[in-house]
Amino acid sequence: MFSINTLSPSRSDYLLATVLRLCAVLSGVVLLLVVVFLVQEAFPALRHVGLVRLFTDDSWHPTEGLYNLLPMLWGTMLVTIGAVSLAAPLAILSAMFCQFYAPVSLARWYRRLIELLAGIPSVVYGFWGLVVLVPMIGNLHPPGPSLLAGMVVLAIMILPTIALLMEASLAAVPQEYLHGALALGLRRWTMIRNIVLPAARSGLFASAVLGVGRALGETMAVLMVCGNVVQIPHSVFAPVRTLTANIALEIAYAFGTHRSALFASGILLLLIVLGIVVVADAVKPRWTYGE
Amino acid sequence: MVNKRSSPWLPLFQERCVALVVWLAVGLVTTLFLWLVSEIVLQGIGVVSWEFILSAPQNAGRDGGIGPMLVATALIVGVCLGVSVPLGLGTAIVLAEYTNENRRLSQWVRRSLDVLAGVPSIVFGLFGHAFFCLFLGLGFSLLSGGMTLACMVLPLLIRSTEESLRAIPREYRLSAAALGLSRWTTVTRLLIPLALPGFAAGLILGVGRAMAETAALLFTSGYVDRFPTSLLDSGRALSVHIWDLAMNVPGGNSHAYASALVLVGLLFAINLTSSFIADQWKKHALT
Amino acid sequence: MKVGLVQEEGRTWSSYTTSSLPSDTRDAHICAAQLNVWYGDKLALHDVTLAVDRGTIAAVVGPSGCGKTSFLMCINRLTDMIPRCRVSGALHLDHLNLMSPTIDVLALRRRVGMVFQKPNPFPLSVWDNLALPLKEHGVRKRDELRQRIETVLREVGLWNDVKDRLGHSALALSGGQQQRVCLARALVLSPEVLLLDEPCSSLDPLSSGMIEDLIVSLRGRLTIVIVTHHLAQARRIADSVAVFWAQAGAGWLVESGPTQQIFDSPQHPITAAYIQGHRG
Ligand SMILES: Nc1ncnc2c1ncn2[C@@H]1O[C@H](COP(=O)(O)OP(=O)(O)OP(=O)(O)O)[C@@H](O)[C@H]1O
Ligand SMILES: [Mg+2]
Repeated sequence: MFSINTLSPSRSDYLLATVLRLCAVLSGVVLLLVVVFLVQEAFPALRHVGLVRLFTDDSWHPTEGLYNLLPMLWGTMLVTIGAVSLAAPLAILSAMFCQFYAPVSLARWYRRLIELLAGIPSVVYGFWGLVVLVPMIGNLHPPGPSLLAGMVVLAIMILPTIALLMEASLAAVPQEYLHGALALGLRRWTMIRNIVLPAARSGLFASAVLGVGRALGETMAVLMVCGNVVQIPHSVFAPVRTLTANIALEIAYAFGTHRSALFASGILLLLIVLGIVVVADAVKPRWTYGE
Repeated sequence: MVNKRSSPWLPLFQERCVALVVWLAVGLVTTLFLWLVSEIVLQGIGVVSWEFILSAPQNAGRDGGIGPMLVATALIVGVCLGVSVPLGLGTAIVLAEYTNENRRLSQWVRRSLDVLAGVPSIVFGLFGHAFFCLFLGLGFSLLSGGMTLACMVLPLLIRSTEESLRAIPREYRLSAAALGLSRWTTVTRLLIPLALPGFAAGLILGVGRAMAETAALLFTSGYVDRFPTSLLDSGRALSVHIWDLAMNVPGGNSHAYASALVLVGLLFAINLTSSFIADQWKKHALT
Repeated sequence: MKVGLVQEEGRTWSSYTTSSLPSDTRDAHICAAQLNVWYGDKLALHDVTLAVDRGTIAAVVGPSGCGKTSFLMCINRLTDMIPRCRVSGALHLDHLNLMSPTIDVLALRRRVGMVFQKPNPFPLSVWDNLALPLKEHGVRKRDELRQRIETVLREVGLWNDVKDRLGHSALALSGGQQQRVCLARALVLSPEVLLLDEPCSSLDPLSSGMIEDLIVSLRGRLTIVIVTHHLAQARRIADSVAVFWAQAGAGWLVESGPTQQIFDSPQHPITAAYIQGHRG
């Protein structure tokens, strides 16, 4: 009796298999290393300061031994929520435009435009926000660098990515559904609302979740436009500092427990992303339609 | 055409409203894009010249050019690709072609890649700083920066290659096996050429990410703005340069615009070339 | 055309109930005894025992899903390629034990060519389709490559059609031409056994006829096992016929024997009904 996967016995094949497997293992090891090093570096903070104090200290004053990450966590969450709620509707509309409203050639051009937008580096978005948007907001309601600026810049930044993904999920709706709807004489919007959007909702949701992930993790754009004041903001015009910006600002000169606390905040980010991945995965099957 | 007599006006009104909203949204997005790009082009074009592209910065970047940054960026991207391409290609082949063996292992690898793909770049920066710079003793160097970026683009590369390998019909593999082709030949002569478009797409995406990345480079490759002489030198990537000029150098805006123009121009060029190649490829494959 | 090399009294198929092979089939080219194929936990082929003589054409017929393809894939060990597929029983090619885990499957597959149901030339040029396997098996000299490729393309009647576009993609050919490229690709290694899995099923009658003629012309030179849904075709070209049937998901061999006998005096009621059904 022979069973699956008897490797072909040629020598180069064994070599190939070995080398390839080595690659796979190495790729897997990368994640392991990331986790191991983050934890190892964060360990002193977790031991000396403790998990609880990272959220209950009076403030974030590492030089005075105060390590409260909560204001930054708030900053991250508010900027993210704002950005995604601004970007997602525009992205859905963009996707609908490409799939159902635009003439074919126009849709091609628009898609290319969105692709180009998706390739613009975040530091350029941040720079644009800094020199264009922040002064405008400053005129409206000083100081200018603010939660609002962060939300808008991030929204513009993640919009292309979400729009492209959403268009792909609209395009994945089986043609038969559409033909069926058209055969019934349904209008465009009626068809989209009743057939396309429900059929594509898992994909749309997943795209939005990916947008959340990108917004959470963005550093440069928020670093440049948010003002970086450690506080829980009381209005959208107040400056805030996100977890990512905090790391970028302080890691250069931090040492000892302070440095370690920054690594702890990195782990916090990692855990949030992990949570998002898990949630998206768990929700997805139930949202899946058809097949 | 819509039959006016039999259709009630409300759905029609709704239909028109939605269409209006869609077009408005698209107009808004397009305007934003044009605004952003024209801002950069108009403010930056006056500064950009061969002199600017080739020479070293002076006076903290307010004068001079961006030569060293371009070299550093190229080296960082080169290191990143040199590490991630072989690793990514190999891993993708294992995940797609050797699925039956080591089911556990490949599942584990795939799951970690999913997580890796979502990890914020600044966290990679932290890791790169702790691992490459300090643990491996590479210090602030182009090598550290490039390898940090390699960890970051690896999942992209693997996923897109794996997907295009999976899209290759099973029949090709069966008939290759039926001809007694070794796995080596099957992989190198048949599967890799067929998966090339997907691989190239992932590669372009990865290059784009690597060139655009700033946060992870801040504390892995550093910001020394001299021409690098070796991979162990610290070097300032173009994106880091833009950030530095915008945030830390009063009066650096005009050069920041020009640097942004060069960076965006490079990225657009890569993007357009790749889609052109993809189009040609498709045409070629069909005839 | 030459007739079978080792044909004894028209007996080319034999069925047995034990795994020990009777002496009169020692010369059989392919010999299966109590062969089982599983996909995971699902038994796809149950207890198949039959033999094919050297240089003859054997047809395998039966309804869809009765394990015909699975049987063919055992003979060149393509079953190795299928996840969770398992084979048990005895299977010999000449004196080579095909169940042995240590045999050189690449060498085996060089001896056993296969053509699939759907034309599937590689998305390469016609030349590369044929040169790839040749190069893999050690033919490097361009002259020899050229000569062997030309010979085999002439044999499948494709030379005049493609001689000016050997460098063009094989996918640009018509379906019938593609299938003949596949046949040429299988023949170019000069195999001793040819497995054909419904080679004509996606072709028009004309192309189908050409391939059928080609198969007949190979009689004597190669041992051919052909799966077909055309009973008329089986009757025209085969020396012997094996009827497979599916019961509760598992395929089994109902009856096998010389073509004449199967069609004119079937022993098993299923065979009779199957042939009747096709006639009616
Ligand atoms: N890769 C596979 N995994 C699981 N089951 C399979 C696989 N391949 C075939 N089977 C099952 O094994 C049985 C026999 O399949 P096989 O392809 O050998 O039939 P067949 O006689 O060639 O049918 P057809 O005439 O339709 O080609 C079928 O029930 C099929 O569902
Ligand atoms: Mg079959």
